[in-house]
Amino acid sequence: MTTEIDRQWTTRLRRRAEGKLPPEKLLPDTQPSYVSSWIYVFGVTTLAALMVVIATGCVLAIFGPQWWHTSSFGHFVNSLHLWSVEIFFFAMVIHLWGKFFMASWRGGRTLTWMTGVVTFLTSIATAFTGYASQSNFDSQWITTQAKDGINSTGAGAIFNVLNLGQMLMWHIVLLPLAAVVLTALHVLMVRVKGVVPPFADEKVEAAR
Amino acid sequence: MSWFNSVGALINLDHPGHFLHWHFIQVSVANALVMTLMVATFVVALLAPFPGRRSRKENR
Repeated sequence: MTTEIDRQWTTRLRRRAEGKLPPEKLLPDTQPSYVSSWIYVFGVTTLAALMVVIATGCVLAIFGPQWWHTSSFGHFVNSLHLWSVEIFFFAMVIHLWGKFFMASWRGGRTLTWMTGVVTFLTSIATAFTGYASQSNFDSQWITTQAKDGINSTGAGAIFNVLNLGQMLMWHIVLLPLAAVVLTALHVLMVRVKGVVPPFADEKVEAAR
Repeated sequence: MSWFNSVGALINLDHPGHFLHWHFIQVSVANALVMTLMVATFVVALLAPFPGRRSRKENR
């Protein structure tokens, strides 16, 4: 007999989450043997770089542009932010190549692939607004060059790259929030469906 | 001179960027270098043996 507690949305949601993602799947002890290849390390490298990007971005947000432009430690944290972004994109693109040639959307992993694609596009927008928010000659050059491109799409009316305040808000609030939420969804999808097997091991997975 | 300055002095960056230009393709040397490194890393990741990995024959 279904009780009132069984019908609560919290109960239903918890049971669904437990069914889809039990703890041993969320944080597994072992991985299939085919994961022991260097091509599988670039996803987690991207994730590690993202953590450094967020941490250094928080420090830059606390002290502000004058600090990162004028003090030695500010320069250092600013450089850490830039170079962790470089590593983030470097690893993410190799991860993308690896997963593309593995056709990693196989085996019901369409949503995993799509969340990855949207995260990649969001990251590009985040990086662009970051370059626009540097508050130096580089950002002036980039934004004055970009405005014509953005205006030609018609988006310039609501997305003004010459508006430093708007670019900074997009860069430190909206886009990082979207990137982190999408990354979390992407990782959860990987945990739900498991790491995509090589073509040769596909039949083994299907038989499970 | 600090350690950072000595390392920076090894590469003179006080000049306009170098560009490669071929027909309609134009790319800075710095970007071309990063792209080459990415392709090289991708190939190495596919071919380099992973520590502790057993071969398919051993797995059978």
